[in-house]
Amino acid sequence: MDKRIGVFVCHCGSNIAGVVDVKRVAAELAKYPGVAYSTDYTYMCSDPGQNLVKDAIKKHKLDAAIVAACSPTLHETTFRRAGRSAGINPYEVEIANIREQCSWVHQDEKEKATEKAIRIIRTMVEKALLDEPLEPISVPMTHRALVVGGGIAGIQAALDIANAGYETILVERSPSIGGHMAQLSETFPTLDCSQCIMTPKMVEVAQHPNIRLMTYSEVEDVSGYVGNFKVTVRKKAAYVDRDTCTGCGLCTEKCPAKAVSEFDEGLAERKAIYTPFPQAVPNKPVLDRDNCLYFQKGKCGICQKICPVDAVDYEQEDEFAELEVGAIVVATGYDLYPIENIGEYGAGKYADVITSLQFERMLSASGPTSGEVRRPSDGKVPKDVVFITCVGSRDPESHMPYCSKICCMYLTKHAMLYKHKVHDGQPYVFYMDVRTAGKGYEEFYTRAAEEDNVLYIRGKVSRIFEEDGKLMVWGVDTLTGNKVELPADMVVLGLAVVPNPAARDLANKLKIHTDEWGFLSEAHPKLRPVESLAPGFYLAGAAQGPKDIPEAVAQASGAASKVCALFAEEEYHREPAIAWIDEDTCAGCRVCISVCPYDAAVFDEEKGVAYVQEAVCEGCGACIAACPSGSAKQRNLTDVQIYRMVSAALED
Amino acid sequence: MKIPYYPGCTLHERAREFDVSARECARSLGVELEELPIWTCCGAVFPLVTDSVMEILAGVRNLSYASRVGDRVVTICSFCYNVLKRANRVMRDDPEKREKANLFLRADTKAREAIESYAKEDYVGQVEVMHYLEMLRDVVGFDELSRRANGKRLGNLKVAPYYGCMLLRPKKEMQFDDPEQPTIFEEFLSAIGCVVVDFPMKTECCGGFQVVRDEETAAACAQNVLASALKRGADLVVTTCPLCRYNLDELQKGMAERVNGWRRIPVVYFTQLLGLALAIDEKHLDFSGSYVDPRPVLAENGAL
Repeated sequence: MDKRIGVFVCHCGSNIAGVVDVKRVAAELAKYPGVAYSTDYTYMCSDPGQNLVKDAIKKHKLDAAIVAACSPTLHETTFRRAGRSAGINPYEVEIANIREQCSWVHQDEKEKATEKAIRIIRTMVEKALLDEPLEPISVPMTHRALVVGGGIAGIQAALDIANAGYETILVERSPSIGGHMAQLSETFPTLDCSQCIMTPKMVEVAQHPNIRLMTYSEVEDVSGYVGNFKVTVRKKAAYVDRDTCTGCGLCTEKCPAKAVSEFDEGLAERKAIYTPFPQAVPNKPVLDRDNCLYFQKGKCGICQKICPVDAVDYEQEDEFAELEVGAIVVATGYDLYPIENIGEYGAGKYADVITSLQFERMLSASGPTSGEVRRPSDGKVPKDVVFITCVGSRDPESHMPYCSKICCMYLTKHAMLYKHKVHDGQPYVFYMDVRTAGKGYEEFYTRAAEEDNVLYIRGKVSRIFEEDGKLMVWGVDTLTGNKVELPADMVVLGLAVVPNPAARDLANKLKIHTDEWGFLSEAHPKLRPVESLAPGFYLAGAAQGPKDIPEAVAQASGAASKVCALFAEEEYHREPAIAWIDEDTCAGCRVCISVCPYDAAVFDEEKGVAYVQEAVCEGCGACIAACPSGSAKQRNLTDVQIYRMVSAALED
Repeated sequence: MKIPYYPGCTLHERAREFDVSARECARSLGVELEELPIWTCCGAVFPLVTDSVMEILAGVRNLSYASRVGDRVVTICSFCYNVLKRANRVMRDDPEKREKANLFLRADTKAREAIESYAKEDYVGQVEVMHYLEMLRDVVGFDELSRRANGKRLGNLKVAPYYGCMLLRPKKEMQFDDPEQPTIFEEFLSAIGCVVVDFPMKTECCGGFQVVRDEETAAACAQNVLASALKRGADLVVTTCPLCRYNLDELQKGMAERVNGWRRIPVVYFTQLLGLALAIDEKHLDFSGSYVDPRPVLAENGAL
């Protein structure tokens, strides 16, 4: 039996009807073979318009519908739902785009535009004649999430997903969760203590029944697809059995070997067996074999002898855990642009030119100076301190072109906190612009400038060098046009925010996109900011771009809610208009596998043919074009359909 | 080993000792610097205008001459190096200017007489422009140089390496070293056994061509550089640029009157020190050309 097709031509106000003669189009299509009903209406997407479509489907016993309107990216879903509610298969409702691809681009050629609209709709009629009813694909799903990165973004995402009732695994590379936020002293614009608001969340993670915390661990490999990922995690040898260890701290106390503390950004030393900071979660030590006397020289062994529960184990090796998860949140965070790259500021050779994170540690009550501002070179209290914004940021010529977003605010905070601690000191901030876009941020900046007498100088610093025990800061005040030569006691650099260097490797393993700087790419810059283009991957925090704490937390919660929405269904559903491979004709040449950008085409060794993993295929059509035997086919876009569509388009 | 060599005009005039010492040192290191069969002025200053090809033609011509005798050319004056390297980059990267410049090259009958098969092929930037310091680092090798430095012991000599600007900037075009924190000069000086004096003004301006119209400004620049080196205990400043050498050296003439307690500091070319380290006959190094005579300081420190 032949299909009965309805054609619905939309005016889109004057968007289409102002150019295309919609009445004539509807009349012409009514004569086209297969079309049982044809009409036009001002706004087909409106409620009355949709009802018109639904009523016509029922009244004229239509099998399929063509809505000639705007791009399918806008209203395809609308009309497929309308079709389904009227009793036809939604995949037999097609959109003919006569707006973006016709009326909008042919505004001065009304006659030709009308002709073209007719042809566009005819091609879709030809497609619809051979469309088959399809059902969305259902894929079984593991309702367990993996969060990579235990900074504030990863912690927030893990907590939100776990609180929604789903199992969550949080993997963190370093010995403790907490990330950079745990290093900070106070936070802008409220000056509340960073650790005070951070540590309750860290403890909650450790105690949460739905969270499995894996610190000192790294993601090694990921395979599978949304709902069904298989992840290998390397648990690095800590040389301490962290299950037996009670965290008493005796080993750290007695350890004779010292190393530079990463947590204190090189401003202090730690032991070779150590917990990075007092509030670390888990509060159990790891042994750094590169600095351990036992591993390097074969003697010592004090920690093993002294441990009351025999938890120190020099024989321990890396272990690998195989995990099955349904969704992955990537929250690998940021790092500071290397100071070594900034030659004009000494490239790290001046002890008193420090990074912002070093200054945070200096300000922190639990830091190397117990919160006192003392310069690294001689421990003196610096009386003139220069803060420099945009160090490596907004510098397309030599460094990063982008704005690192958080430096204006944290340097303002730094200058303010410095003034609160050293009343007779003078903070200076060299800036390009002070960017204070955030709630309470502008007020915070005003307070620093007006109440705390922070001196803001608009201009770049061209050079820093040591002269007579001072740091000579050469710069320019662009508001007065004068050269500035400022002898300072200490300089704090607001270095550019860059992605964590390990994040790029991880992104490669996960096969998710990054931008040219290594920040993770979101699926859409405005409308899908927390998802990766690859299904099942979600982004949180500064790994996606420079972010302050509130933004990182908000994005993490956004990513978590996306994961929860995915998990809310028993199975994972996706669009069925994808590729399939006819195993009767497939010769097993594997061309499809080599061209598939999503790794959806795989080989069945037993049958000697390729097949498409339905959960992974995006329906791009690459395999179909490449298949030499024509065995790879697209559902509802077969070669025959395409041939007839082209014929209809070109018919005289 | 023979490497084509472009001396540039100053090295045949005011900076003869630079030229002679450079050749002698290279020879003792096993490199024959072969002067191009013909060459002209490099153009002296790379043009700031971007829409004209005339100003780079001199540089391109010399590069084209070099391309007939080898695949690289060594030069030593910072200005020549700057102009040749940047002109070469234009020939590599800018197809429009490349085509225009080649039209001029084809009309160059004099070169055709002097160099066999000249301009048979277009010049497309195929020659590698190499600074003498790069030759020492990449062809000879600083380790090898250190082994060969068996002449005068320079271990007592505190030397401030002065880069100036032309070797380093603009960074993207020169790709010579980090313009803010360069190190090649220090590595060289360490290799020949000197005590390196790091001083913050090592990349500041020497006064440049300002000396022609405004000597006072140029002298202030030179004073800034020299004072910084003196303050850090330097006995001697070395340079790779005849103009830097002129400004830093000659402009000390009036300095004692203007600046209270000014202590003179000699300025020499780096190849003159290299010559001492390689035990080159002193007559090839000619320390007599400086306004501030370096010989007393060299002798004092056992380098002469």
